[in-house]
Amino acid sequence: MILELILSFLVILGGFFCLVAGLGILRLPDVLIRMHASTKAGTLGSGLILIAVAVFFADIATTSRALMTIVFLLVTAPVAAHMIGRAAFRSRVPLWNTKIEDGAEEKLKR
Amino acid sequence: MTILETSIDIAFVLVMLGVVFAFVRLVKGPSLPDRIVALDMMTVLIVSFCGLFALQSGDVAFIDVAIVLALIGFLATVALARFVERRQARIEDGDGDDTLGDEQ
Repeated sequence: MILELILSFLVILGGFFCLVAGLGILRLPDVLIRMHASTKAGTLGSGLILIAVAVFFADIATTSRALMTIVFLLVTAPVAAHMIGRAAFRSRVPLWNTKIEDGAEEKLKR
Repeated sequence: MTILETSIDIAFVLVMLGVVFAFVRLVKGPSLPDRIVALDMMTVLIVSFCGLFALQSGDVAFIDVAIVLALIGFLATVALARFVERRQARIEDGDGDDTLGDEQ
């Protein structure tokens, strides 16, 4: 019973963070700020749901696979966000209320 | 209907709403990086959808689907980001000549 309550809590919290990530990507003003919503809230939501999966099945093969997925998401999300952010900055996407420091463009050139 | 089944259904609705919002951004997105960000997040949300479906059906195979989907999504994001950078570099080398695919 307690386990079921904990699982329900994890699943609903994960779904809530997925919804927040979607709202953020729809409503926030520019690429870099949208990336902040999608990368952090989306990874947190998926991680919570996958933790619920790991606890629910509770055998070593499934749990290790679910935990591997979480670790993989946590490792790849920053790398992907970094690459998209650099590409967006270099292709001069218009930014919202952001002052770019002098010399930043030259430093990021190559 | 137990509490867990009800909350899994609620979480399905929330995750699908997130996917729909990301899809709206994918269609609207003013620039290519916007669309790549939306696509990346849709992949992450579908990973959590696979987790929810594994919980609902009790079928372990969907965890494998989630792993593969996370991997493919990462590769797609990196490839698209590289594509945007190279396209920008090519535009700048050609002094504002943004016709694509006429080199080599």
